[in-house]
Amino acid sequence: MGYTLFYLGVIVLIPIGGLFLRVLDLSPADFWRLATTDRALAAYKLTFGASLIAAAINAVFGTLLAWVLVRYHFPGRRFLDALVDFPFALPTAVAGLTLANLFASTGWLGKYLVPLGVNGAFTPLGVVIALTFVGLPFVTRTLQPVLESFEREVEEAAATLGSGRLRTFLTIIAPTLLPAVLTGFALAFARAVGEYGSVIFIAGNKPYESEIAPLLIIIRLEEYDYTGAMALAVVLLIISFVLLITINLLERWASRYQN
Amino acid sequence: MGEEGTSQWRRGRSKSQRGTEESPFVKWALISVALIFVLIFLLVPLLNVFAQALSKGWRAYWNALVDPDTRAAIRLTLTVTAISVPLNLVFGVAAAWAVAKFQFRGKSLLVTLIDLPFSVSPVVAGLMFVVLFGLQGYFGKWLDARDIKIIFAVPGIVIATVFITFPFVARELIPVMQATGTEQEEAALTLGASGWQTFWRVTLPSVKWGLLYGIILCNARAMGEFGAVSVVSGHITGVTDTMPLRVEKLYQEYNATGAFAVASLLALLALLTLGLKTLLEWKQARDYERAQQTAPEPEKT
Repeated sequence: MGYTLFYLGVIVLIPIGGLFLRVLDLSPADFWRLATTDRALAAYKLTFGASLIAAAINAVFGTLLAWVLVRYHFPGRRFLDALVDFPFALPTAVAGLTLANLFASTGWLGKYLVPLGVNGAFTPLGVVIALTFVGLPFVTRTLQPVLESFEREVEEAAATLGSGRLRTFLTIIAPTLLPAVLTGFALAFARAVGEYGSVIFIAGNKPYESEIAPLLIIIRLEEYDYTGAMALAVVLLIISFVLLITINLLERWASRYQN
Repeated sequence: MGEEGTSQWRRGRSKSQRGTEESPFVKWALISVALIFVLIFLLVPLLNVFAQALSKGWRAYWNALVDPDTRAAIRLTLTVTAISVPLNLVFGVAAAWAVAKFQFRGKSLLVTLIDLPFSVSPVVAGLMFVVLFGLQGYFGKWLDARDIKIIFAVPGIVIATVFITFPFVARELIPVMQATGTEQEEAALTLGASGWQTFWRVTLPSVKWGLLYGIILCNARAMGEFGAVSVVSGHITGVTDTMPLRVEKLYQEYNATGAFAVASLLALLALLTLGLKTLLEWKQARDYERAQQTAPEPEKT
């Protein structure tokens, strides 16, 4: 017990506290100026915009995947199930490398997409693609257990009472799944906001255009602008805390539904 | 519920009209969309890694791997993993033990804190250690005076990796330990076993699959971590480049074959991780079934 708290304190709490303390040395006006430069604002906009789009894509396809995996039997189902975790297991640098190569004009997918005007590599669209990849398992993995424990009797009752399949889905199944889908969405979003490795390979990293917030921290650090880097880091850290609390609340809401 | 009855009732209606199932057309449409999505977003990127790595033939692939700097990167990654995984293993077991078997105030806060590294951006995590140990940092002067290097050296990489992989073992173990309860330990203690004996003979065997699973995930993340390590490493070729950093450097040098060759090793690691994970889940399910068979039928509620 004591050991647990000690280790937790040394590895997690002291570093986080240290960062906040250093930023407290700044006056609020200085902090505000450093955290909201035009370049930083452009980076936040890209980071949050791309993360939202990626999490939304994952909410739709993740729900579909979970549904297909739980409800249907078809050849290759178990293989598909194992493959869903692939983005968790694959180092992000490798993900970024292979995605950038795929969507470049010479790549397997870019060969067909670039002539159509879909430029996936070295553009903001690339950021969305990378973030969709890294966040892919969250919604599916949150939803699967909920769907598995879902009672078929309720659906049967609805069918007996004359409800069509679509109506049953919209009025009975969808509301039950909503908390889990939202939890998965929030998890994917939180992961996407902090993601660095996969994005820098595919984004092109042009200031004001395809530069994400974590990358800007690294650039500030390489310029030896420590205070600038820390101000940005604190903004991201505060956002992570807010998301963490939101996720906890969502999970509590979801578990109330399950019982 | 009578299986017979349902199936007869089902047979009585035409397939597409079943109340609790979609029509075959909708069903196969959904399956196809899911398969296409997975194919494009998961399978094609995976195959691409190996195709690109081998695009110039096996010989070029092999030469890329035996490059001295690449070999140094592989060695460093293995060293860092060998240090950080055991550290987090010990912590994970201790933390899960504390959370699952004891009642105390602030428990849910502790669980949230354990999860914290998951939600912190890796880049921010790396920066925190630069703030602590860097030359500008709290301990920077003190360390510099004693000629101890942490940032831009191997210890910094280890510390950053430990931070990032901190929650994995604990997170996998807590639900498993909570599910097994405390009755077996109490029985062992009543029969005269010491605390350690109980831990080794009763607690650990009951959670072995969860523990292994946690170690595998922790290991995969430790080897593949990029963002946090990138901030603290300093990118000194052959000295502080781990495998993922080596991938980036080769990519920036327009050495695609080299970058994909190192990437293919990491992709193999990911595949191995997935394979082991699937195997463990299967074993766990089988153990559970066996336990259900030997135990008296639990009452239905």
